[in-house]
Amino acid sequence: MLLRLAEGGLYCEAGDFYIDPWEPVDRAVITHAHGDHARWGCSSYLGSREGGGVLRTRLGPASSIREAEWGEVVDINGVHVSLHPAGHILGSAQVRVEHRGEVWVASGDYKTDPDPTCTPFELVRCHTFITESTFGLPIYRWTPEGEVFDEIRTWWSANRDAGRASVMFAYALGKAQRLLAGLADADIGPVFTHGAVERLNRDYRDGGIRLANTQYATAMPRGTQFAGSLIVAPPSAAGSMWLRRFGEVSSGFASGWMRIRGARRRRALDRGFVLSDHADWPALLSTIENTGAERVWVTHGTREPLVRWLTERGLEAKAVVSQWTGEEDNDPVEIAGEEITA
Amino acid sequence: MKAFARLYAAIDATMRTTEKVDAMVEYFRAAGGKSRSLASLGMTEMTDPKDAAWAVYFLSGGRSKRLIPVRRLATWAMEEAKIPEWLFNESYEAVGDLAETMSLLLPDAIASTDIPLHRWIGERLLPLGKQSEAAQRETIVQAWRELSGNERFIWNKLITGAFRVGVSQQLVVRALSRASGVDEGVIAHRLSGTWNPEGESFSALIATETQDADISKPYPFYLAYPIEDELEELGAPNEWQAEWKWDGIRSQVIRREGRTFIWSRGEELITDRFPEIAAAAEFLPDGTVIDGEIMPWKDGKPLPFAQLQRRIGRKALGAKILSEVPVVSIAYDLLEIDGRDVRGESMGWRRAKLTEVLAAARAAAFVLSPTVPLTIWNDARNAFAEARERSAEGLMLKKLDGAYGVGRRKGGWWKWKVQPFTADAVLIYAQAGSGRRASLHTDYTFGVWDKGTLVPFAKAYSGLTDDEIRELDAWIRKNTLEKFGPVRHVKHEHVFELGFEGIQPSSRHKSGVAVRFPRILKWRTDKKPEEADTIETLHALMAPTP
Repeated sequence: MLLRLAEGGLYCEAGDFYIDPWEPVDRAVITHAHGDHARWGCSSYLGSREGGGVLRTRLGPASSIREAEWGEVVDINGVHVSLHPAGHILGSAQVRVEHRGEVWVASGDYKTDPDPTCTPFELVRCHTFITESTFGLPIYRWTPEGEVFDEIRTWWSANRDAGRASVMFAYALGKAQRLLAGLADADIGPVFTHGAVERLNRDYRDGGIRLANTQYATAMPRGTQFAGSLIVAPPSAAGSMWLRRFGEVSSGFASGWMRIRGARRRRALDRGFVLSDHADWPALLSTIENTGAERVWVTHGTREPLVRWLTERGLEAKAVVSQWTGEEDNDPVEIAGEEITA
Repeated sequence: MKAFARLYAAIDATMRTTEKVDAMVEYFRAAGGKSRSLASLGMTEMTDPKDAAWAVYFLSGGRSKRLIPVRRLATWAMEEAKIPEWLFNESYEAVGDLAETMSLLLPDAIASTDIPLHRWIGERLLPLGKQSEAAQRETIVQAWRELSGNERFIWNKLITGAFRVGVSQQLVVRALSRASGVDEGVIAHRLSGTWNPEGESFSALIATETQDADISKPYPFYLAYPIEDELEELGAPNEWQAEWKWDGIRSQVIRREGRTFIWSRGEELITDRFPEIAAAAEFLPDGTVIDGEIMPWKDGKPLPFAQLQRRIGRKALGAKILSEVPVVSIAYDLLEIDGRDVRGESMGWRRAKLTEVLAAARAAAFVLSPTVPLTIWNDARNAFAEARERSAEGLMLKKLDGAYGVGRRKGGWWKWKVQPFTADAVLIYAQAGSGRRASLHTDYTFGVWDKGTLVPFAKAYSGLTDDEIRELDAWIRKNTLEKFGPVRHVKHEHVFELGFEGIQPSSRHKSGVAVRFPRILKWRTDKKPEEADTIETLHALMAPTP
């Protein structure tokens, strides 16, 4: 096997490197900068050029990171490694590993829907496809992005008319910026951000991504009126003291999980917006089929149903238990060397 | 249906009661309530009053009968969605709600119609019961193809007989009252009993003539605050009346113009549920309102609340249950006498009058609430210590010169509740919740030690914070030993302090005990499973059977 599951993560013996290891190793190839995929402490990292900024923010400027262009072949001990856009967040990559004519692709997290904040997903043909399955059930089917942004605008304007601020919870790396990009031309009042979001906005803007104008909420002078504005904050800010400054608010959450009514209700949120950075069920199936892979490993999310579905269709599929999670709603945002609380 | 779906979405989209009510007011106004500015409300068309009648019915908790077995529906949904049964079941487990699962799995609608709600019900839903299976399938699948999003979800809820909205009947009443200008008490009365949305007209519900409803109208209940300070802070003991605090059903018994109405604190008319009390009320003079606690009561003593629950759960009250679980009203206040509202009189005055009224009525189903003599505050403390033995929940302290207030007010009435029983128990099984807790493991079964093994003795659903629930859920997923369907047997590792109100011997439970209203008080991360309580400890908690 070209890749196998070792103690520290997904390992390529021939090239002596790991993909998104969960323990510190010598050589790590990183799909993207989310905490469950990019961890501290490795001696060297290989990541995409596009994702260089956010990866450095996550891992710290002292980390040894080599940035590769899309499709650039990097030779690691005779194994050909290249990175291809995964469409998940800025710089997110699929890792293509080729050795003696055998091709494996590890997807990391991916989506095939359009997203103005990153290069679109590229289909890579392979023999073995290692896929995520965060939303690996047929109940997950996404609404077109445009409709979701319309819903968000309608929600915001109703709140503005009622003299309330709209607080949107969104994962600080990726989802928050996708929202801000989607609302860049939306003529939506002032937009304020939580510190964790604002720090990463910088990396996105440095990467040439156009976001709505934002102001760092915590830096606003005492007495600032937030009624009618939109506030973008990570889910971990829900219920925090930090929220109090905004006065009366309506709360929303942008996440694929919001497709399920109960997932919204149990968080006591006013509104859920179905906006995901992962492939939905139809996209998982079509992507797997189009890679031409005969063997499929399913690493995280709802693994078993996808494995069974694929097996029943004649593929050699199995669940491979990784420590990747897809982003959980309440993951703290880790930013190297900076204490970002609000 | 679209207007109703919008109303549903608006109610569902907010956690604020006022906004839920606003949404209903808007809907009812469009159906003929006092409508001044429909245009400004964004209403371009009127809601059919026939729709509004059904809306009232469903919003206030009315159910449609389940006319098709759910398994049959699920099968059709699988066929339409082209997915196998196992995947449907996996999906259902993640969603936790059948109607929603079907809505999410079915392909997007291919047509769109705007048939009004009452016609969906009258022409499509109700006839299902008499149709052949093939015709049912035709109707259902056609509806699925025409409805999308919320409308499909609502339709599925209606056909499975499981439609529920997050509003209480009280809020519906408030909204109807605001939309129509008719008093809440009048609307509540008109809606009480067997209000039938097919037969009754919405306009009659919100009509401004009110003579019919006045006589049933209850007074707002006066509610006590938990006592926080030392008793001495209350002043002299002789200014206070102490009574046992009973754990029954707070209720007002109204006798006016030869008719009897019994209201619960939730402002629900419960006259039919308690025929003994309704019969006894005939001995009260017209124009009498008594506040008290309905208690299961036999041989001069209270029965456990669980016995009352047996009665509450029943549609028809047979002779057997009536003789096994008789009830009385422990009467503790008099709000009206000779048709006069006497809530402004002092507690002492009202108590004296109440004593007279009950003595004259000589009805066994009214028991004058026993008081505890108070000379010094320690009398109250001693009585409190006996409360559990007497199957009381604690003590009530009422200021003798105080009036009967409205709602929860500090000062006049204090409640002093016995702390719950507690035990430290180990989490053994976990199961995903339903509704808002679907896909999280929130239904827990706890065990205590019995000769080296854990025997399950209580199930609890509440008491943890959302964060703790998530943390525990993640742990459960990683530490499952076995799965029996949706139930996971987990590693015996976490200890929780459980609180419960009562404990009784039970032959139906493996542990030999049944506890009442168990809930989680605390996640005892400081305790190891070995330190949890034993079954002997629980047995010791049980008071000798009276």
